[in-house]
Parts: sequence; structure tokens; C-alpha cells
Amino acid sequence: MTDPNSLVQIKGLRDGLLVSLGNASWDDLRAALMEQIETRQSFFRGARVAIDVGGQIFHVNELSELRDTLSERGVNLWAVVSESPTTEKTAQLLGLATRISKPRPQEMTRPPDRVREIGAGAAMWIARTLRSGTRIEFPGHIVVLGDVNPGAEVIADGSILVWGRVRGVAHAGANGDNSAVVCGLDLSAGQIRVAGATAVPSERSGEVRPEKISLKDGILQMEPWQANQS
Amino acid sequence: MGAQVVTITSGKGGVGKTTAVANLAVALAADGARVVCIDGDIGLRNLDVVMGLENRIVYDVVDVIEGRCRLRQAMIRDKRLPELFLIPAAQTRDKSAVTPSDMVRLCNELRGEVDWVLIDSPAGIERGFKNSIAAADRVMVITNPEVSAVRDADRVIGILEAEEKGTPALILNRLNPVMVRQHDMLSAEDVLDLLAIKLIGIVPEDESVIVGTNRGNPVALDPKSRAGQAFRNIARRLSGDEVPFLDLEAGNGLWARLAKLGRK
Repeated sequence: MTDPNSLVQIKGLRDGLLVSLGNASWDDLRAALMEQIETRQSFFRGARVAIDVGGQIFHVNELSELRDTLSERGVNLWAVVSESPTTEKTAQLLGLATRISKPRPQEMTRPPDRVREIGAGAAMWIARTLRSGTRIEFPGHIVVLGDVNPGAEVIADGSILVWGRVRGVAHAGANGDNSAVVCGLDLSAGQIRVAGATAVPSERSGEVRPEKISLKDGILQMEPWQANQS
Repeated sequence: MGAQVVTITSGKGGVGKTTAVANLAVALAADGARVVCIDGDIGLRNLDVVMGLENRIVYDVVDVIEGRCRLRQAMIRDKRLPELFLIPAAQTRDKSAVTPSDMVRLCNELRGEVDWVLIDSPAGIERGFKNSIAAADRVMVITNPEVSAVRDADRVIGILEAEEKGTPALILNRLNPVMVRQHDMLSAEDVLDLLAIKLIGIVPEDESVIVGTNRGNPVALDPKSRAGQAFRNIARRLSGDEVPFLDLEAGNGLWARLAKLGRK
């Protein structure tokens, strides 16, 4: 029988606990974690907990049920760290953080919590509208088939393409890459950032058209889409 | 057949959740259904006031959950409709007194007894909201045609979709067609443009609502009230009937388009 202590390792962080889960089925991990919490209730009560799930993929139901169960025992699950972009996306859609260290605003090259190899040109594909309060981050490109609503944020180290309207925040080149671009069907009402530069929506009249925003000589430029662009 | 558990929530406070729960409960009961409404706003209870049952509270939902009384003892029968009951919130406690699993257990106990369980959610997206949606089979989001209310509604819909609670239906409350025509108020189309969910009803701004809530007489009981008629229509749509949208402004093509949106 697997020793529950090997499935769940707990480390103290400056402002909470980091729980690292080993390789096992979700049922075994959840049981081991709940056993730890039940036997050390006063230790866990009121704690801010981040969970590192390694490379495993977890479903929305599993993460959300875990968060609710922990909350009923006074444990606040605020972050899920994972090597799997799928689990990260699931966690982000639930409003959980996916990084533990918060980068300082001046730092454009953020120190990674873990070294992650992703292929050059890797893109996260999101086929839905991002509603207010949704934050999506990815160390590659991001494509959204839908709108980015006011209060939603899309943060990519690469470029961003929105096949819809951006009325929230779209930040391309978040790690300092000046060559990243933001393209969209309607960028007129969004806050667009490339690397360290920000453009806020200005009063615009006239018809809405697809555009590309990029950095040229340190200034954000907007170009309407034209066929036959080289 | 078991009950349908429906939660009404909004994100923003003051947009009409409690008024909607009271009126829908009354309308469903008046149509012959057996209805229980539960006030999920522990600490800031209002559903009892709006239904005119404040003076009849002996036990509340926290008493049931903590085992100080049986479920039946906390169910207050409405003074006008014998098949309508209220389980009030506790006023001297707060949201931490109830957990999502408590609400699921409570609603499961009610499922065999009634046709509808309507749950009034508090404002916000924290514990009280989570408690109120835990047992829901269906959720309705209510909002006003006003930018900050719609922003909060979008957030709430995002949370409901992300937690796989299904896509809620929308009630647009306190619409003033004259102000919309003068471009001083968001139109229903503006609201749906952002929220993009199915519209189950539009309730017009109506002074009789305030009079009703102050006196503890939900306007759905008043045949002359336009808001009351709108709530009665929403109750019928909840039951599966196709009801044309009220013509809030005669001869305006916008409303015909909205009626089509509502039937999608």
C-alpha cells in the first residue's frame, strides 16, 4: 500500500504552504492530502496553500471540488503549479494562480519557477470568449477564438491573435520580447501592451477593422489589415 | 418527479435578486406548484421582509443545519399561498455558518417534497455565493442595464461556466424603455452583446415594486403591475412555456428582435 507520506510533501513558504503531489491517481492523491489535513487540522486551519501537481493533468471537477473541500476545512487553495499547460489553463479558468513568485513590475525577464521547454512557435488555443476576471498566461503565443471582455487579461510571452473583440487587456511579449505583436478583429476598446509599452483605447470613430499592433522604434503602432502584405 | 433547484445570483448588489426570488416563487405557487424559497444571505437577510413574513420567523436555515430544529419547523408557510414556503436566513450569524455541502444536503431533503426550490444568493462571489449555487440545477443571473452591473454579471457567468455549472439564463431587471430610446440607458441588445447568454425575461422599471417590497406584497400578485406581469411570464418560461416578451414599447422593431433572441 502506498505510503501516504510519499504522495504528499509539505513545505513552508514565506506566506503559506506548498504541497507537492507525487505520481499517483487523483483518488489516491486526494485521499493522502485529506488525511494529512484531517490529522493536522490546527496546522492547516487558515493556511494559504499552493499545490504542485507536477506534470499531471487534472480536470475542472477535480480541482474545483478540492478547492471547495479545502475551503470547508478553513484551508485556502490559491495556486496550482503545473508543468502541464492543460492543467494550468484549467486552474486559470477557475481563478487560481499558476505561479508562486510574483515578478516585480520592472523585471521584464521573469525568473521561471521551473525550467520549461516548449517548442518555439508553441501556441495556446482558446476557443471561447474570455469573460471578466479571467486571466490567461502562456510562455508562447496565444490565440483566442472569441472576445476578450472588459476585466479579462491575456498575457503571452509570444504574440496574441484574437479572432474577436479585445475590450480587456492583451499583453504580448510579456517577458520583454519587442518583436511580439497583437492582432485582432477589433482592438479599438482594449488595453494593448507589447513588452513594456502600453496603449490605451482612444476615442475612435469610423468603422472597426482588423488590425495589428506592434512596436516600432519603441512606440506602439497600429496597422490596419491589408491583403498582400509581405 | 423531484424538485428543480434554481439559484438567482448577480455579482452586483441591489439589482433585484431578492425581489426576483420572491416574485418568481409567488408566481410559480399561484400557478399551482409547491415552492420553497431559501434565503442564502446569512447575516443580511431580506427575503423574509420582501415576502412580508418577517414576524413569523422562529427558526432559520442555520438552525436546521446545526440540528437545533427539524427542516419542517423552519419552513414558514406564506400567508397568501398555502403551497409556498420560506426558509429564512440567520441574521445574527455570517456566511461562514453554512458550507456548500450543507446546502446540498438541505436541498436533497427538499427534493422529494416540493416542485421548486428557489435560492436567493447574496451579492459577491465568495462563500455566500458558493453556498447558494452548490445545490443548483439551474442558475439565473439577474442584472440591470447599467455598466457596472453588467461587468459583475460577466464575471459571475465566467465563474459559473468555469466551474461547469452550466450556462445561466439572464433576467434583465429595471429596464426603462424611454431612457433606452434616448440613449441614456443600455439597451437589452447592448447587455446581451457582452453577456451572450439566453435571455429569460426583461422586467421594466416599475414604482409598484418598491411599494410592494416595503409592504411585503410581491408585485407578481398585482394584476395591474407591469413588473409583476414580467415576473409571471418568467415563471411560466421557467416551467417550459413559450411566452412572448412584453411589448414595453409598442411598435418598436427592437423588441421583436429581442423576442427572437429570447426564444433561441
